[in-house]
Amino acid sequence: MSATVEAGAEVTQKTAAEHGLTADEYARLLRIMGRTPNLTELGIFSVMWSEHCSYKSSRKWLKRLPTEGPQVIQGPGENAGVVDIGHGLAAIFKIESHNHPSFIEPYQGAATGVGGIMRDVFTMGARPIANLNALRFGSPDDPKTRHLVAGVVAGIGGYGNCMGVPTVGGEVNFHASYNGNCLVNAMTLGLAPTDRIFYSSAAGVGNPVIYVGAKTGRDGIHGATMASAEFTADSEEKRPTVQVGDPFTEKLLLEACLELMATDAIIAIQDMGAAGLTSSSVEMSSKGGVGIELELDKVPVRETGMVPYEIMLSESQERMLMVIRPEARQIARAIFEKWELDFAEIGRLTEGGHLVLRWHGKIAADIPVEPLVSEAPVYDRPWVATKPRAAIDDGAAPADLGATLTRLMASPDIASKRWVWEQYDHLVTGHTLQRPGGDAAVVRIPGTTRGIAMTTDCTPRYCLADPEQGGAQAVAESWRNLTATGARPLAITDNMNFGNPERPEIMGQFVGCIEGMRAACIALDYPVVSGNVSFYNETNGKGIMPTPVVGGVGLVDDLDRVAFARFDRESLALLLIGDTVGHLGSSLYRREIEGREDGPPPPVDLAAERRNGDLVRSLIADHGVRCCHDLSDGGLLVAVAEMALAGGHGARIEIPAAFAKRPHAFLFGEDQARYLIAVDRAMLDGIERLAASAGVKCARIGDTGGATLTVTGLAAISLSDLRTAHEGWLPGYMTGQR
Amino acid sequence: MKAAIIVFPGSNREGDVRDALVAVTGTAPLMVWHRDTELPKVDLIVVPGGFSYGDYLRCGAIAAHSPVMREVKARADKGAAVLGICNGFQILTETGMLPGALLRNAGLAFVCRNVTLRVENTQTLFTAAYNQGQELSVPVAHHDGNYFADASTLDRLESNGQIAFRYVDNPNGSVRDIAGIFNETKNVLGLMPHPENATDGLLGSTDGLPLFRGMVEALA
Repeated sequence: MSATVEAGAEVTQKTAAEHGLTADEYARLLRIMGRTPNLTELGIFSVMWSEHCSYKSSRKWLKRLPTEGPQVIQGPGENAGVVDIGHGLAAIFKIESHNHPSFIEPYQGAATGVGGIMRDVFTMGARPIANLNALRFGSPDDPKTRHLVAGVVAGIGGYGNCMGVPTVGGEVNFHASYNGNCLVNAMTLGLAPTDRIFYSSAAGVGNPVIYVGAKTGRDGIHGATMASAEFTADSEEKRPTVQVGDPFTEKLLLEACLELMATDAIIAIQDMGAAGLTSSSVEMSSKGGVGIELELDKVPVRETGMVPYEIMLSESQERMLMVIRPEARQIARAIFEKWELDFAEIGRLTEGGHLVLRWHGKIAADIPVEPLVSEAPVYDRPWVATKPRAAIDDGAAPADLGATLTRLMASPDIASKRWVWEQYDHLVTGHTLQRPGGDAAVVRIPGTTRGIAMTTDCTPRYCLADPEQGGAQAVAESWRNLTATGARPLAITDNMNFGNPERPEIMGQFVGCIEGMRAACIALDYPVVSGNVSFYNETNGKGIMPTPVVGGVGLVDDLDRVAFARFDRESLALLLIGDTVGHLGSSLYRREIEGREDGPPPPVDLAAERRNGDLVRSLIADHGVRCCHDLSDGGLLVAVAEMALAGGHGARIEIPAAFAKRPHAFLFGEDQARYLIAVDRAMLDGIERLAASAGVKCARIGDTGGATLTVTGLAAISLSDLRTAHEGWLPGYMTGQR
Repeated sequence: MKAAIIVFPGSNREGDVRDALVAVTGTAPLMVWHRDTELPKVDLIVVPGGFSYGDYLRCGAIAAHSPVMREVKARADKGAAVLGICNGFQILTETGMLPGALLRNAGLAFVCRNVTLRVENTQTLFTAAYNQGQELSVPVAHHDGNYFADASTLDRLESNGQIAFRYVDNPNGSVRDIAGIFNETKNVLGLMPHPENATDGLLGSTDGLPLFRGMVEALA
């Protein structure tokens, strides 16, 4: 058959190089094809073998992550991970990056990131119930930062709000290492009955292949390839590779797909994300072990004169590919016509395992699918471990602890992100119990008294200082944030954001983070069920801090027994759970107050994490604790301040005698595995007994009340001043006043 | 009381208001697809929030021309109760069932937060369960909620008791802090805030419940 394939423009080694294929990769392609490919075929190989689609640098190491557990229905490899949440329901979720497009065109880049991740989830039959996003921008002083923040936030809101899916949580951080590469990681969680989950494995030779959704245009061609290379000075020229989103069409697509999924029409379904029609058709056919033949003349296009190369590589949004039962054609078509979406039968499954593209009566491409997928290059990139950092001394305690706290509360990473999340509809559907700003979002499972807790976490400065500790910390902190609401952590999705993997020190960061995450996931029974890798977050040879973002998901069995990160009354006793050494290395205090980013990160003791977290969870679930906060950036005093501001009640705390000479280490140290809880005095003895028998340190450090935050003998700050500092920074910055 | 909720392509809070009605009445309202030209006989018609037709052209402008809205208008003219929330309010102003228009928020950004509303007129089927001047905590979630009408229209609304709710802390720049208005005969209410998202103590506020309870009682 290959003799009749369109030759088209002559493809050479040089053309292959322009498509990002190395000489070795091109030689491999020639061997698979047994002839010189035409341009369409080259294009298909190049996107399938791009870093973004093939995971060629990361695959070896991703296998190290634990992906199994009794709760796991589907681990990595499908559109999203699937976890059993009981009562016949599954939580389906994934996080994915849209870093490169968001830097070039922040509104559309972020919007289509949100659209893409929601499609990954509803492709599997789940109605999305929540979105989260982890955002990282350059230094506030960088001239591009304000523009990127404004565009990304508006894009996320513009897409999610229209879809009617609440955006309930996430994180926003700033650091100069992101000046040339912002990070936009979007996460979606949906719910589906466990017996109605849809997969991408095609089956049944002769069954029709159906294209639904929006029309195909020339936007986003080679987006996946762009995301697999560094930025250079002329990256602005890559604007045409960014896709344009239409959330209204996606809302219709969501409703139409879910309506069709209620029937038994669908055999396999795959959204068209990165590498569009190419990767969706290849995925479906390779997973099912069948061939696929497409008639490209039948693909709905919105521009005239599009050629097979463009049709196959377009990353136009809001499109899906399905294989359906032949007898279901009419019912399927009627549903999509009701929702005023394109519905086109563009091909069929075949024997022989080839991807065959017909166009204008000729064969535009003919590729054996199995080797295209299974012989995709895998690299064992050389790597060097990050050198451990020397310990630091604590430095002198600041003269004015109150002013220090105020500065920290107004520092970019800790300052309130209200300006961001008020632009997201975080309430639509009417199930949001814990709104943005807490430890983890909590959303009710509709029609029940149970809930899902969700969070995204990473502390890149720890990962830079010690990738292994940082990787473990990211997992542990997400587990802790879920625990602090009372949820049982179930599983994670990860978004690995790194620089250029061809540099051994970057690869070393990646390897270290994976090993740390692996250890934490195993220790906490907290497997990885889905994820995404984004390499080449580099500009002119300067990479970002290693940023393995962890999206954690947990289950709340009874929404009447949830804790919030706020003081809800006066005269509660404050208990600090976990050991405090006063670790200031790589702390936010060190960076924001002393202007130094040195020192090792706080060590992660996974046994202590487990012990302390299990105690806290049982205090919330079984012993009535309703005020709880995880200790993280900024340490204890920042946590006290956040709980005071959230609840509108002040607090008084005392420095233990052991820290009399290092009050700043006690107040701002970032020791791990710690929580702050506020409880009725009547509960104190009981809780202390439970802690003692669990072998968990539990120290009385003060109580709530009043309108000030007092550190006895050292500082007293009014809540209103703190609030002004905490709430004021971001709006002030965005309007150019800071 | 029988209720119907009109669903347009892009509606997204139809489920929220359905849940609120179910909580109060115990029965599910009818969901009416926008292409249906026949509206069942009901006491209350709800035009819900969302992004009908993607907010393209102008919020509510395309939905206002759908066949079902002609029928909604005819029913309202005959005295049926019509409640338009958020995008529903925008649609009702676009059909001319309510005066004025909803412009882009003064801050130019989408805003989702709880606001404080003051009840301005309790002598209606929608607001009878509130006290005059009562303050409510109810969320808003919109990009185009900045109510505007010319001064003579506003004066007429005021003198005729057509102001339903005012913002105590105006989030969007609405003229005279107007959050919701009635038509002249007070059987049509449009408001930007979402009382349907303030009906469950677990989620914060229940200040929206009296609106639904009051309607059910008045229309029983």
